[in-house]
Amino acid sequence: MEHLLELKSMETCFKTDGQLVKAVDNVSMYLDPGEIIGIVGESGSGKSVTMMSMLQLIGSPGKVTGGEVYIRGNEKNMLEYGPNSEEMRHMRGGKISMIFQEPMTSLNPVLTIGYQIQENIMEHLKVDREEAKKRAIEMLKLVNIPDPQDRFDYYPQQFSGGMRQRIMIAMAMSSEPEILVADEATTALDVTTQAQLLEMIRDIAKKTNTSVIIVTHNLGIVARFAERIYVMYSGSVVEMADTKRLFADSEHPYTRALLRAIPRLDDPKERILIPIEGLPPNPASRPEFCPFYERCEYRMDRCRECSKPGLQEIEKGHFAACHLSEAEKRMKAEEIAAKEIKKAPASKAGEEICLDVKNVRKYFPIYKGMIRKKIGDVKAIEDIDFYVRKGETLGIVGESGCGKTTLARCIMRVYKPEEGKIVFNGTDIAGFSDRQMHPFRKKISMIFQDPFSSLDPRQTAESIVGESLILHKLVKNREEYGKRVDELFRIVGLDPALKYRVPHEFSGGQRQRLGIARALSSQPDLILCDEPISALDVSIQAQIINLLEELQSKLGLTYLFIAHDLAVVKHISSRILVMYLGRVVEIADCEELYSNTLHPYTRTLLSAVPVADPLVEETRERVPIRGEVPSLTNRPAGCPFHNRCDKAGERCRREIPRLLDAGENHQVACFLYNQ
Amino acid sequence: MKNNGRWKKTVKILFARKIAAFSAAVVLLFIALAVFAPVFAPYDPNYADFASYLQGPGKDHLLGTDNYGRDVLSRIIYGTRVSLIIGVFAVMIACVAGTFFGMIAGYFGGITDDIITRIMEAIRAIPQIILAMALTAVFGSGIRNLAIILGISSMAGYVRMMRGQVLTIKQADYVMAGKLQGNKNFRLMFKHILPNSISPIIVMMTQQVGQTILAEAGLSFLGLGISAPTASWGGMVSDGRLFLLQNPVFALTPGVCVAVLVICLNMFGDGVRDALDPRLRGEV
Repeated sequence: MEHLLELKSMETCFKTDGQLVKAVDNVSMYLDPGEIIGIVGESGSGKSVTMMSMLQLIGSPGKVTGGEVYIRGNEKNMLEYGPNSEEMRHMRGGKISMIFQEPMTSLNPVLTIGYQIQENIMEHLKVDREEAKKRAIEMLKLVNIPDPQDRFDYYPQQFSGGMRQRIMIAMAMSSEPEILVADEATTALDVTTQAQLLEMIRDIAKKTNTSVIIVTHNLGIVARFAERIYVMYSGSVVEMADTKRLFADSEHPYTRALLRAIPRLDDPKERILIPIEGLPPNPASRPEFCPFYERCEYRMDRCRECSKPGLQEIEKGHFAACHLSEAEKRMKAEEIAAKEIKKAPASKAGEEICLDVKNVRKYFPIYKGMIRKKIGDVKAIEDIDFYVRKGETLGIVGESGCGKTTLARCIMRVYKPEEGKIVFNGTDIAGFSDRQMHPFRKKISMIFQDPFSSLDPRQTAESIVGESLILHKLVKNREEYGKRVDELFRIVGLDPALKYRVPHEFSGGQRQRLGIARALSSQPDLILCDEPISALDVSIQAQIINLLEELQSKLGLTYLFIAHDLAVVKHISSRILVMYLGRVVEIADCEELYSNTLHPYTRTLLSAVPVADPLVEETRERVPIRGEVPSLTNRPAGCPFHNRCDKAGERCRREIPRLLDAGENHQVACFLYNQ
Repeated sequence: MKNNGRWKKTVKILFARKIAAFSAAVVLLFIALAVFAPVFAPYDPNYADFASYLQGPGKDHLLGTDNYGRDVLSRIIYGTRVSLIIGVFAVMIACVAGTFFGMIAGYFGGITDDIITRIMEAIRAIPQIILAMALTAVFGSGIRNLAIILGISSMAGYVRMMRGQVLTIKQADYVMAGKLQGNKNFRLMFKHILPNSISPIIVMMTQQVGQTILAEAGLSFLGLGISAPTASWGGMVSDGRLFLLQNPVFALTPGVCVAVLVICLNMFGDGVRDALDPRLRGEV
């Protein structure tokens, strides 16, 4: 059968510092009509660049240096046409549409969304304005934009992020493309929105027989939505198989390692993550042999001597790029399985309470006009009530805008809560001044989300890590300072010899280790981890999770672990707190929360998270969610979740449910459970 | 040492550009003239030889003499001193004071910010040369006073730039991290915020030296700057314009010197800006 789209031996180079760097190296792939394929890989693996090269969207200093692109209905190699030729323009947007990651920037803010869709339709379908408008409204209806007739004349900033991405999809589909490329299209969105959108893309694709290419780093997404998967590593495809086979019986050591490294929502609590050691090779100094060699558990001397392995068919429709034979791999796999995996002993939560947050409320005033008259409040968090025991990890989950960060900042006393108590080790710090807080600063530390912006670029690693030691006079002299900094470096697995470097000379994972070392330096009791791994690559995440767990059991730390990735939270937390619109909706022990989910919001949240296993995905219960998170300035009266909840009754619309005990150390704020 | 590589790289990029390298060379030449003025100058700049006044360029006096019979070349060489000293010190005063006030305004915000910003807006609202004229009228002229006056009158630009920088950098996670570790306000400002916001200030400084030299020449031309008999370029142009017909070189050369030095300083400043800004050198 003829493929709808075929890429053959694509090669793209970037010129940096006078050196040619191959970002895409001999990549071939194909796509059949109506098929949904996934391309997964870490950042820098070349997945996006491959797509951009296919559409000839690579700008200087990059250049497509080789390969062929064939699309059905055109005999000629598309790369032979110039990037600005009539044929290429017809291919882009006409035959192949693309949705990008950033919904905030991919729509033009000075044109109405209707106009932008209309233009696209007129350009590609050659219809008149009236016809195009009719079709544009139809498309908006297709992507479930309410009142499409009226919304046609809205500007992009009048929509939320999820809505804008829907509009992007409407625009992409409006020209009746044969192929839709979704390049990390849902990465910036919340899990519930992500699930809504991907399901919608799949339904539309199946209805219109459009093929879809999902480009993502999230294995869960491809497991749920893709039919066939390409795994990319360091600019090459290392494995290709249909989804079920890839997850059940992965062949390439990288894919296998990846599956062992990512936490999954359906994991048992005692599952051990096995990180992939090391870093992906720098494309400028990539070796001639297999690029995964340095990090591969299966490596043999032969791999180093041979040139880079090409894709080989292992069984029908299953390709992998590895020199090792089946027998060799099996042998190695046994060897690896036999290796003892050391698991950090679970830390024991004491009975003592480390942090007790009572009834905390934080509003931000909204001012308007010349004299800055206060016209209202953003009710960021309200009625927050929870405690954390010494030595345990409390996970805090919720979608963006639910007040997780505000809560963290109240506890760190960056903000002063309007009301409530924050009792830390027996002292209420809620009303403390900066001066009164000073002695407590060393006892509460924080690990930040973004390892690139949280380290001062002008300080050396040594002074970043050692700053607290000086500020709180924890060391007596220069010598002790040096010793303690070295020790901190070793604790987080960094070589102390690197301490004179500045942050940009470290990789993302190493930078996050520096951030952890900084947090540990003052020997804190409580560490707030604000999304500490979400900015890292999947293969690095496991390293950091394991490090955090190890440190906890070694040093008896208490963590408040804030994240939106429920699988990670489940893996690391002993108890979990779920927030929605500035309120706590459910708190329970980890296992209890996942096995006996009570609040309807938690249930939708959990079902929205894709699991990296197609077999599990098939059998999972789906809880659909409607609508979007309302704005904090006009929160619905009554239960904040009532207008999206299927079980909402009359009472939910009037009263706010309080957090009540539901037994088994499980608290929930829902009227369904407290008649 | 920390950041050594970075500075080396910046300097390398800076001098890889022909224009920047050339203007740096010219500026260095002027600096050398100023520092070693007694060595280069053939005569005492204030020695008046009334016998040979207003001579054209000749063997004894390369650029001729002025209306008091003083050697123009020597006066120009000594004038370089005045221009550079005032240029550099005025910019340093403006930069230090402006950076400090800008940082405080941006960091503390609120009423502190309002007061500082309003004062600076008031200063900016008056043209620099007029403000400087008013101040010299009150405090008198002389090299020291001129440097201070020109510094104060050009301070507002630094305040505004630094305030903007601080407002952005204050939002960075590492500043919050510093605060949460227990840094006091001033330590946070000087240790974490200042080093990260200084590069546009450095660029502005290199570009402002030229402006200040121009302003000083303008004041001296108006008779409000360096008073006679000290040699200054502005003053020489002012004196020389009366004798344009007798010895045109007398008025023109100091003017050309001002022009060349200011253009070269500006080009050098542009070079520094390009070298310091990673976006302009194509790294980001």
